[in-house]
Amino acid sequence: MTAKILFRSVATTALVGAGTAASAQDELNALVWCDHTDPALIEPFEAEHNVTVNLREYEGTGAALALLEQSRPGDWDVLVIDGIDVFRAIDAGLLAELPADELPTDAFFPEVVMSENNGSDGAIYAVTEKFGYNTISYNSDAVDAADMENLSSVWSEKYDGRISIYDYYLPVMGLAALEQGIDTAAIDAAALEPIGETLSQMRSRAASVAGVVAAQTALATGEVDIVVGGGEWLTAVLAEERPELTWTIPEEGAVRWTQSIGVLADSEKTDLATEFVKYIVSAEGQARLATSSCFWGMPANAEAGDFLSDAQKDVLRWDDQADYLARTQLYPAPDTDLDIEMQDLWLNTLQQ
Amino acid sequence: MSAGSDQARGWGFAAPALLWTMAFFVVPFVVMGAMSLATLDGRTLVWGLHLDNYAELASKAYLARAIFVSLEITLTVTVVSILLAYPLAWIIAFRVPQRWQRLALLLAILPFWTSYVVRSYAWLLVLAREGVVNQTMLGLGLISEPLTLANTRFATVTGFVHFFVMLLTLTIYANLVQLSPNYRRAAMDLGASAFQTFRHVILPLTLPGIMTGAFLTFVLCIGDYITPQILGGNTELTVPQVIMVQLGRRADFPLAAALAIVLMGIVTLAYLAMARWLRLDRL
Repeated sequence: MTAKILFRSVATTALVGAGTAASAQDELNALVWCDHTDPALIEPFEAEHNVTVNLREYEGTGAALALLEQSRPGDWDVLVIDGIDVFRAIDAGLLAELPADELPTDAFFPEVVMSENNGSDGAIYAVTEKFGYNTISYNSDAVDAADMENLSSVWSEKYDGRISIYDYYLPVMGLAALEQGIDTAAIDAAALEPIGETLSQMRSRAASVAGVVAAQTALATGEVDIVVGGGEWLTAVLAEERPELTWTIPEEGAVRWTQSIGVLADSEKTDLATEFVKYIVSAEGQARLATSSCFWGMPANAEAGDFLSDAQKDVLRWDDQADYLARTQLYPAPDTDLDIEMQDLWLNTLQQ
Repeated sequence: MSAGSDQARGWGFAAPALLWTMAFFVVPFVVMGAMSLATLDGRTLVWGLHLDNYAELASKAYLARAIFVSLEITLTVTVVSILLAYPLAWIIAFRVPQRWQRLALLLAILPFWTSYVVRSYAWLLVLAREGVVNQTMLGLGLISEPLTLANTRFATVTGFVHFFVMLLTLTIYANLVQLSPNYRRAAMDLGASAFQTFRHVILPLTLPGIMTGAFLTFVLCIGDYITPQILGGNTELTVPQVIMVQLGRRADFPLAAALAIVLMGIVTLAYLAMARWLRLDRL
């Protein structure tokens, strides 16, 4: 009797242990931006692979890197990261090499493949998954659309107090550089003086410097009529209800943002994590990511167009992408020292 | 029972509180202090006894300005909240019939029940150009153009005051209801007017309630990130906002820790000044 009880206990313990191991195997932990939390994006992958994808949102690459450094190896499997910051994650040894030949980058818009950003020494550690523009969003009922085609007229006296500036210094300083005729890739310490002059002028016209929700609220409630640094990611989700809230890329051009996805080097589920990355950059996954309930943006994979409706493509301005990609520049990717100087200039401008 | 065993028992009772304080205040404080003396070399944290982060406070104008802005906002909020909360607490304590006082208090603290973030965004809508305040004033003909109320210091102070008036009302009310009516009767019998009674008797006796609430207001306000971020529109930056910028992209924990230590120093100085000025130990 005792032997039977002992046997049952051991067997139960073994089964529970096996079950725990199985359930641990069936979970994937991803550190992501909010657009990945849309169930319409995640559930098809979970159903196909019989896994649970645990998602944790973050804001700011610094916050993500700090979180990863404080986590135990294996806690996280997938990382979504600002395209210009992939090199920081690579340098920190956080990302695993991806099987480049299994990624559909041949079908990508060529400008956003960015192998040099997503890789190092010939190896690929991340892949671009989504892109869009930091440009000028505005209320077409309240401003002259022709004025929005020139950056200096956007922050002219005519729109004093009717502007909100997106609260992220890199794209906004990129726009200021473009107005000064400086390429975003050419921004250096010497360029900060003219950029600072434009920032001061912009700031003096602005009613607020706002994050995503506040900028969207300000535009939707009529608190401001223009958001400098806005774009499709700000107004696309409102397109159906508020078609007058729109965006444009002015003559001087605009700044292009990208986000990349990779597998973490310490992941114990590299295969599953790689499958997740492959799903996200597949045509179906890309269409779902592009139209996520959190924010819309262009899919990196051009074949996603086959899975988007005409109305969705209109909102994303699918047919204009060739022109937009030609007229926009990747937003500044400063090294540490320049980053500190840019941040100081930004904070000084805000405190003026 | 020996003195030794009494002492051991005393330590036994105090141990949980001591351990709690050590684990959740002293140790984190020491870690934060050590972090503030470290530096960043690229992404690498270099521990040491560097004063670079504190030197930055002196060399970067926006950091000093952030401290100044934080103090200005906090002092304004504290004073305005006291001026509004005291009459409210007085009315609840002395003018509202006792059977209705609980309900009155409940109504006073009702806004506590809503989310802090939601409440801040609600204020943003109320104060917007198309919001209820501007529309009402336009409707009444008091103004011809909408006023800029949202995304200003006024909006930040309004959001804070809405929250802290409730807190101060509670601490002042708790003090007022403990006062024996005999104090007022005695003052009146001695010929004091209502104002003199308030000025020389009631107010000094309720200072502990005022100061407790004021100190809590000061501490919570100066360290708050959400209200100035949502309602202030980044038209000026407070210390917590600057700390968040340091962490968001560059994860500059050493500079953020130095700013946090400075914030803590300000709070400590404020407490010591208030305690000394009011001689709280004598109250």
